[in-house]
Amino acid sequence: MHELNKYFQNNNRRHFLKNLGFGIGGLALGSLLDPMNIDGSNSLVPQLQAGPLPLPHFAPKAKRVIYLFQSGGPSQLDLFDYKPYLNKYRGMDLPDSIRKGQRLTGMTAGQDKFPVTGSIYNFKQYGESRAWVSDLMPHVSKVVDELCFVKSMHTEAINHDPAITFFQTGSQLPGRPSIGSWMSYGLGSLNDNLPSFIVLLSTGNGKPQPQPLYSRLWGNGFLSSLHQGVQFRSGKDPVLYLQNPDGVSKNERRKMLDHLAELNEAQEKTFGDPEINSRISNYEMAYRMQTSVPQVMDISDEPDHILRMYGKNSYTPGTYAANCLLARRLIEKDVRFVQLYHTGWDQHDNLPAQLKRQAEDVDQGTAALIMDLKQRGLLEDTLVIWGGEFGRTNYCQGKLTDTDYGRDHHPRSFTIFMAGGGIKPGFSFGETDDFGYNIVKDPMHVHDLQATLLHQFGVDHEKMIYKTQGRRFRLTDVSGEVKKDILSI
Amino acid sequence: MTSKKYTPFLFFLMAFMIALGVKYFLKDQPKTQTVGLATLDLEKTVEAIPDRISYNFDVKPILSDKCYTCHGPDPKSVQGDFRLDISDHWFRTSEDDPNKQIIFPGEISKSELVDRIHSTRASHHMPPPESNLELTEREKRIIEKWIDQGAQWDRHWAYNAPVKRAPSVSESYRWSNDIIDRFVAQQMNKKGLKPAPKAPKEILLRRLYFDLVGLPPTISETDAFLIDNSENAYEKIVDRLLQSSSYGERMASIWMDIARYADTNGYQDDTERFMWPWRDWVIHAYNKNMPYEEFVSWQLAGDLLPNATKEQILATGFNRNHMITQEGGVIEEEYRVEYVADRTSTTAKSFMGLTMECARCHDHKYDEITQKDFFNLYSFFNRLEEKGRIGYQEVASPKITLNQELVRSELSFVSWPDSIPQVEVMVMEEVEELRNTYILNRGAYDAPTKHKVEGGMPANILNFDTDFPKNRLGLAQWLFDSKNPLTARVAVNNLWQQFFGIGIVATPSDFGNQGALPTHPELLDWLAVTFMEEAWDTKKMIKRIVMSATYQQSSKPTNLQLRIDPKNQYLSVFPRQKLTAEMIRDNLLVSSGLFVDKIGGPSVKPYQPPGLWDEMTGGSTNNSLKRYIMSTDGNQYRRSLYTYWKRTVPPPGMITFDASTRDYCTVERQKTSTPLQSLILLNDPQVQNAAQAIASLILDSEIKKDKDRIISLHRRITGRIPSRKALSEMIDYFETVMEMHEENTAKISEIDLELKTYTSLALLIYNLDETSQKS
Repeated sequence: MHELNKYFQNNNRRHFLKNLGFGIGGLALGSLLDPMNIDGSNSLVPQLQAGPLPLPHFAPKAKRVIYLFQSGGPSQLDLFDYKPYLNKYRGMDLPDSIRKGQRLTGMTAGQDKFPVTGSIYNFKQYGESRAWVSDLMPHVSKVVDELCFVKSMHTEAINHDPAITFFQTGSQLPGRPSIGSWMSYGLGSLNDNLPSFIVLLSTGNGKPQPQPLYSRLWGNGFLSSLHQGVQFRSGKDPVLYLQNPDGVSKNERRKMLDHLAELNEAQEKTFGDPEINSRISNYEMAYRMQTSVPQVMDISDEPDHILRMYGKNSYTPGTYAANCLLARRLIEKDVRFVQLYHTGWDQHDNLPAQLKRQAEDVDQGTAALIMDLKQRGLLEDTLVIWGGEFGRTNYCQGKLTDTDYGRDHHPRSFTIFMAGGGIKPGFSFGETDDFGYNIVKDPMHVHDLQATLLHQFGVDHEKMIYKTQGRRFRLTDVSGEVKKDILSI
Repeated sequence: MTSKKYTPFLFFLMAFMIALGVKYFLKDQPKTQTVGLATLDLEKTVEAIPDRISYNFDVKPILSDKCYTCHGPDPKSVQGDFRLDISDHWFRTSEDDPNKQIIFPGEISKSELVDRIHSTRASHHMPPPESNLELTEREKRIIEKWIDQGAQWDRHWAYNAPVKRAPSVSESYRWSNDIIDRFVAQQMNKKGLKPAPKAPKEILLRRLYFDLVGLPPTISETDAFLIDNSENAYEKIVDRLLQSSSYGERMASIWMDIARYADTNGYQDDTERFMWPWRDWVIHAYNKNMPYEEFVSWQLAGDLLPNATKEQILATGFNRNHMITQEGGVIEEEYRVEYVADRTSTTAKSFMGLTMECARCHDHKYDEITQKDFFNLYSFFNRLEEKGRIGYQEVASPKITLNQELVRSELSFVSWPDSIPQVEVMVMEEVEELRNTYILNRGAYDAPTKHKVEGGMPANILNFDTDFPKNRLGLAQWLFDSKNPLTARVAVNNLWQQFFGIGIVATPSDFGNQGALPTHPELLDWLAVTFMEEAWDTKKMIKRIVMSATYQQSSKPTNLQLRIDPKNQYLSVFPRQKLTAEMIRDNLLVSSGLFVDKIGGPSVKPYQPPGLWDEMTGGSTNNSLKRYIMSTDGNQYRRSLYTYWKRTVPPPGMITFDASTRDYCTVERQKTSTPLQSLILLNDPQVQNAAQAIASLILDSEIKKDKDRIISLHRRITGRIPSRKALSEMIDYFETVMEMHEENTAKISEIDLELKTYTSLALLIYNLDETSQKS
């Protein structure tokens, strides 16, 4: 057996890598080390850099992402994209010359008129950057100088499921890996006791029955399931199956793992199967998570002024504000990708009342998160993205009255904002026409956003590929352009 | 020609650097150049270049992977009007030099292709730098050698009809049980490998049980086998297992992935559907060993058979298992087109081993599949009256209604619960004149072209006979025509994968240019032809595989194998494999005695952590799926095949262990190892429950000595008597834990203490690597 052991000492790692295909990310999470090694502090790194997917392609600006996904399609025209023209011509039928054959959803396809509808909310300019924000976002309006608004986002899908899937995976059809999975695969983990891609969910108060979310949005697609997003939930078991069964003490668990490792190592000696080694380290990781996850979820060590900053909702686990605070805590622990989803942004009718509640859900938490990251020096290398899967129409769905209106899905132009991670602060990119319908300057396609995001991590989106099913796949499919104008120098 | 002169030198240099172990040779080059496969390429150069270059096996994979994107079958992306997949184009005169051709057979120096791949000028170099592709030194040498040897063309290997050839290893070869072994030995001999000894009986038996019935053997079954020294002891068990009804359940659990079976409609709203009677039919069809030809033909076209029976119609549910949207406001046609395309891709993937979905938007970039080919097949699935969107309580048409009476009279294999009055099951129904099919530009629903297609199949695979009706029945006839080169190969390859973990073609859903090449091409062909000759008899084929010496080998690696074939492609030992998600849980249930062995019927809901459905289900959804209500009366302990599959929130224990998502047809699951898997085995109440149950079983049994009890526990869970070392490790843990329990619990009774301690030990054994492996 001696020769056999020696063989594995020398070759395990290499064959393990090869067996995983491009597998560097696999190894990275398997052993939970960072192949990218921005800090240069990791002694194992030279070995890892010799792997088959040499990353980064160039110097990165960011290390971590917080993606605040606003599910349902927030109304850009009532929040950030100020269009007084729509108020001036309120009720006018949208001219065909503007609509230009844009397809309609089944919800407004039957309407014979498309009355343009200005926002019922007041807009003002804020900060040195003079950014327009409506009254719905009083806290966000105070941090606009940290933000980069993109008013020219556009997408290809017009319904929720394909549109969210497109944003998260670069394809409208299910089956591709989520952005967080791609990043975990390509860049590996930055820490050794938490997953590199973590998901937090909250339910919006705007809409009585918001459309649901589904776990494939944070799925690993064809990548190894090491890269799947791990949902952290509020409550006593933040990660499924995290707690020891009743009656099993921490001591007993430790003893068991020690004996388990002995037995598994003996098995490894017989079979020399590298899978057994990764199994042993996975058990250790699981054990560490049993401590690290409750620790990071337990906010009792947060001082009052911080909780007050995130707002009263931050005291209630599972709310958007509480999740923002958690996101910061996870980022502090060097989690690579934190993905929040907040549902309820789908205002087909009763928009004025719904949107107010919905904006209240997220306004303070979002602003607090940005300031909190900044005061801790984390904003610099943490990229924050806020946005939904599409925007909403400039015309009314249903009956337009003095106090009420609704808006249908609008893929052709909408607004998102970003902060930190080497993105230009206090900046606004792209413009829509006076009707807020078409983009007139600097369009940003979903693939462009994804390409730009990867760029900030030193990744050339055309080169981070995975070969499967007979072809090469990438997050940005076959398009995508890095929008350098939004990058700070 | 300068470039060529340096090639051998470069090659030497590379080999030299590797010999020195200078792994970072490429490190100092600009980063952008090292992207891709730098390290792997270095390794590849070490691999010997064959004496006789095969176009199909050595050259075409390189051209396909590195050149076809711009010089391949898709005319829209062809650059410079030059294609490398058409041999006529090869011999064109070079535009650079009239004395040269692009490829000049036998003359490397007169072949522009060779200049191009070595060129140092970016504008001249192939592949161009912006493609991010680059040939390795080995690949360049292969192309040169192939040109030197005359640049012969050959049809794609998988499109040539399979032929039976005798293996070069003779019948008297001592190791072989069957012709399979002679083919395997033939490849081993070529590589200098030797077969492994036979696996120990306990290990072999457990392997066989999981492979044939998906469940572990009981201790008494193992004991009976251990003491049976008759010649055919093993064969008797093979025969018995193939006759047991669990066989059909095991086979069905694989078919569910291919058929993307689920109990809900998918997409965001994800309400309930009722396809389980179709699943019952699949189990039944496997158990009565329906010939594969019939099994597939019924599923594709049962409704089109003359005087189709209810059973044949039910079988067509296969093509309705895809997701169906319920999202308000969608454009219905967009989704209807998706469903038809799903059926098309599923058919190509599972029966033909082709990635036809690539040809939906454009002619295939790597294979000779045109967009027209895609829509020809698509047209077969385009003639049913179906909606793009269904309501929340609706079952999508076409459908048949099943009730107790019908089940009793015509579908007796369906396990009908008395509590259910009737269910509607989705099926296929042809409406001949319903709609014409036009090629869709870029595959988009709203961009039909004027090109009407008539239905048919790619002629370069096999001509679509004029006698075949232009519908799904004709498709089935084409697939099972004895001259079809793909169907049987793909089928036996999938079977092979079931036992060895990896198919003879490692990419079971891609037999095209980008797919893997068969490791044992002659064996694959022999099995394929035999399968057809034996009238597509699945059980017979399976028996042949498990009776082979190849299958019965030990899985312990040998030094020889590790040195020559570390990936074990040539099967000189049995490949160790992880148990599937279903097997891991079913092993828990069987070993602990909790298992409820009841065949068929509606899906069941075993334990899952509370709250999962609630937090992800929208308000608009059918209320029955808002909250997960665990099954009772033993239904929570049924085989995992029957676990309720809600697409938007699949069972976490299954999905974490690499079960497929069921969103699309899957022929090959992932094989991963993650910390979340460890957490489940450590903490899932189902595991804890099983550990407690098995502890009680042991304590209630005749066995009284702790040592014997521990051995028995280990045997129940892993199928094997522990090694002496493992036993002492377990005894040590047992004693330690007993002490801990004693200290922690005041006044614990003797009985409780024993139960607690054995539960702890069982939990340890359930977490052993060995428990989750098929060794």
